[in-house]
Amino acid sequence: MEERARSKRRRARNRSYTCVSVFFVAIFMGLIGYLIYFNTIKSDDFINSPYNTRQDTFSDRVVRGSILSSDGEVLAQTNVSEDGTEERSYPYGNTFAHVVGYDTNGKSGLESEANFQLLSSHEFFLNQIRNEFMGTKNTGDSVVSTLSADLQTTAYNSLGDRRGAVVALEPSTGKILAMVSKPDFDPNTISENWDSLVNDETNSSLLNRATMGQYPPGSTFKVVTALDYFRTHGSFNGFSFDCQGSITKEGHTIQCYNGNVHGSEDFYTAFANSCNCAFAEIGTELGGASLLKTSEDLLFNKKLPLNSYRKSSFSLNGSSGIPLIMQTAIGQGNTLVSPMHMALITSAIANNGVLMKPYLIDKVVNANGDTIKTTEPTTYKRLMTGNEAAILGKLMKGVVESGTASALNGRGYTAAGKTGSAEYDENGSSHSWFIGYSNVDDPDLVVAVIVEGGGTGSEAAVPIAADLFDAYHFD
Amino acid sequence: MINVIVELSKYIILTLMIIYTFHCFYTVRQPDEEERNELLRQQLLLIFFIDFTAFLVIYLKTFNFQIVEFYAEMLLFFATIQILYRLFYKKASILLLNNMCMLLSVGFIMLCRLDISAAQKQLLIAAGASGIALIIPVMIRKMRFLRKLTWVYAGIGIVLLGAVFALARTSYGAKLSLMGVQPSEAIKITFVFFMASFLSRGTSFRAIVQVTVVAALHVGILVLSKDLGSAVIFFAAYLIMVYVATRNVSYLGLGIVGGSGAAVVAYHLFGHVRQRVSAWKDPMAVYQNEGYQIVQSLFAIGTGGWFGMGLCQGSPESIPVVKNDFIFSAICEELGGIFAICLILVCMSFFLMIVNIALRIINPFYKLIALGLGTEYAFQVFLTIGGATKFIPMTGVTLPLVSYGGSSLLCTILMLAIIQGLYILREDEDEEFEKRRQEAIQRIREREEIGRTRQI
Repeated sequence: MEERARSKRRRARNRSYTCVSVFFVAIFMGLIGYLIYFNTIKSDDFINSPYNTRQDTFSDRVVRGSILSSDGEVLAQTNVSEDGTEERSYPYGNTFAHVVGYDTNGKSGLESEANFQLLSSHEFFLNQIRNEFMGTKNTGDSVVSTLSADLQTTAYNSLGDRRGAVVALEPSTGKILAMVSKPDFDPNTISENWDSLVNDETNSSLLNRATMGQYPPGSTFKVVTALDYFRTHGSFNGFSFDCQGSITKEGHTIQCYNGNVHGSEDFYTAFANSCNCAFAEIGTELGGASLLKTSEDLLFNKKLPLNSYRKSSFSLNGSSGIPLIMQTAIGQGNTLVSPMHMALITSAIANNGVLMKPYLIDKVVNANGDTIKTTEPTTYKRLMTGNEAAILGKLMKGVVESGTASALNGRGYTAAGKTGSAEYDENGSSHSWFIGYSNVDDPDLVVAVIVEGGGTGSEAAVPIAADLFDAYHFD
Repeated sequence: MINVIVELSKYIILTLMIIYTFHCFYTVRQPDEEERNELLRQQLLLIFFIDFTAFLVIYLKTFNFQIVEFYAEMLLFFATIQILYRLFYKKASILLLNNMCMLLSVGFIMLCRLDISAAQKQLLIAAGASGIALIIPVMIRKMRFLRKLTWVYAGIGIVLLGAVFALARTSYGAKLSLMGVQPSEAIKITFVFFMASFLSRGTSFRAIVQVTVVAALHVGILVLSKDLGSAVIFFAAYLIMVYVATRNVSYLGLGIVGGSGAAVVAYHLFGHVRQRVSAWKDPMAVYQNEGYQIVQSLFAIGTGGWFGMGLCQGSPESIPVVKNDFIFSAICEELGGIFAICLILVCMSFFLMIVNIALRIINPFYKLIALGLGTEYAFQVFLTIGGATKFIPMTGVTLPLVSYGGSSLLCTILMLAIIQGLYILREDEDEEFEKRRQEAIQRIREREEIGRTRQI
């Protein structure tokens, strides 16, 4: 008996040792598991960070790979001359300046984002060994981007000499098809012109306005106000407004563009007319807190799924005064947004409320053209319900059919959108905005355009969008 | 040509490491003594070849003759301790000894590649510590009074930690060392001795409260000195030792709740704790400040990938304090993720070996010491590797035996010597038990003989 009791006690004690062992084995396995997880999934985010300068030493043994457009055009390549000197060239010159970027004087754009891939070589290993013995460099992998040379050129030419930015996305995947910013620069001569480019603060040509530009959204923001109204009331049906051309609250007056008097409107006509009075009224009724909530749901004041960008800012809250709310509801006030962010909101509307993570690298191929890695489209976040997306789509369709963007009507494809003119100085000069998409039943192309000082949306931005839609559908 | 050798060496080192790791687990399960010794001899050969390949590559990449000298000295050191242990301590655990040599080797390789003078210093300390360590098993056997020094251990611990807090200058945001020595490393040992001697006498509620107060003093001073890593290690050792001594899960639960509560309070009270957490949550967002170190570490691990860049092919020197707290990241970068996983497994087998020794000791004081030291070792490995990989927030502790750092290396080697001493003692106990059993059998036989003669 005593013997059994003793052995029982010992077994109980041993059990506590077993528990301790199991616990530590579990945390060690946790370490291993996390390391595997990091190496397979997370590490790309870190390796490709522009802060990571480790890859630069790879260039001793690898000739930097090329950057190609989705249709196979060379956007950047390294030419090696007979004496071994390497020179990076950009056949399209200024056209892809910001989005492809540069590789000297620091790195930007795709040259920065894909630096690791461009400097890694997946050449056939026997070739690599042969190169090693012969003392020649391996050829780095090439990056096939999502950019369409055709759309990019169209956008570039269409924007012409004006300042501004154009973004084109595929809403169902998040592929960035075009991204233009002006004023621009020639990446082929960036080293020679570096000092003047950096010091030129009036043009800031190096700034990618598409992602870094901070503009008042103007009437394109009415999409956000409309969504907030729909979320608050569940429907647009009960809405009616009698526009007198101006509205005054607490001594602050808001006018419709050109002092137009829109008369009696429902929600759809108010949106199509871009009626400032109606939306100032709606904004005051919704209040700052509610608008803040919906704006932040649409990623204002939030991180965007991009590598380099500036956060958009939205400043209303529960204690904001009526004048600022009226201003903000029609897209003025303190709100600032990048064209890319407006494109992302539009692409969520076009994709049943789901924002796909935007991306530029479609795949990586080795020197033989064999695919090494393909980017799969991934969902970033649902920004709104499918129902909400559909109803906003309906509003935006009205803008094309009978509103400020009717220039897009009857061109052989359907379209939806919203124009905007964002005042930026006391004289009433304004930036011209357009956000929208084509093929409303199954949206295929999202476009966001801003022309600095371009006047109303219909004057400057809509024709550029039309060029892009035409190029996409007819070329 | 050299690049081909470097490239090949990656796979050679990795293959050897995988076989070594396999041996670590396989040897324990091998019942046959002859077979086991053969496996242990093979392990030594594997260490030799890993070192040879690695140092050859480092030499070819640097053509620094100091590397060759260092390699020769290192071989001499390993040969000496292997021979001395076999001469003086026939019953010592050779697997434990081999693992120590293996981990030291990995450390020497990385340090040599990062900073040869640090490697030389490290080797000197390792040799000195091993010399001291040789007499420890004898001391353990002779000094039976060690068990009675309960309050001496507690006194030394609290006074020394208090002195560090009061007198030390701040480096890397924490108060760690007095005149170049980090007392917290030595107090890891005295703390375990205190806990073991106290708990081996009794585990009444009163006793647990007393032990808790002393432990809380240790941990509290460490937190105030901003030495978070050590604080957490002491706390883990306290929890596990109380749990094993009392076999009462509710103490464990209470401890975890209390510890979590203290962590939350510390988070709100201390800026340095918040910094560590913010660097852990999104290091990229605070890249310019507290996130820099961890981001550099992750760049290194990510760039290294599964197979590593090869020795001298990466840029681990871009990680701040890479020789100490981030040696694991340097290993990942140059020797690769798979090698790093093997290293984790070797550390794990090291820990399991210590628990196994603890399990088989009968004397409760020694039993708890082995367990306590093992816990501290395992938890420290977890903290440093977890911190470097961003699995958990950074706590700034070293990887025992691998990282550069005199106090840490010295104390870890002493810790291992203590465990070896306990292992030898256990073998003695076994032998004594066996002898008594034989005597008992003998007596029974004799009695039977007598009975039989009577019958005749």
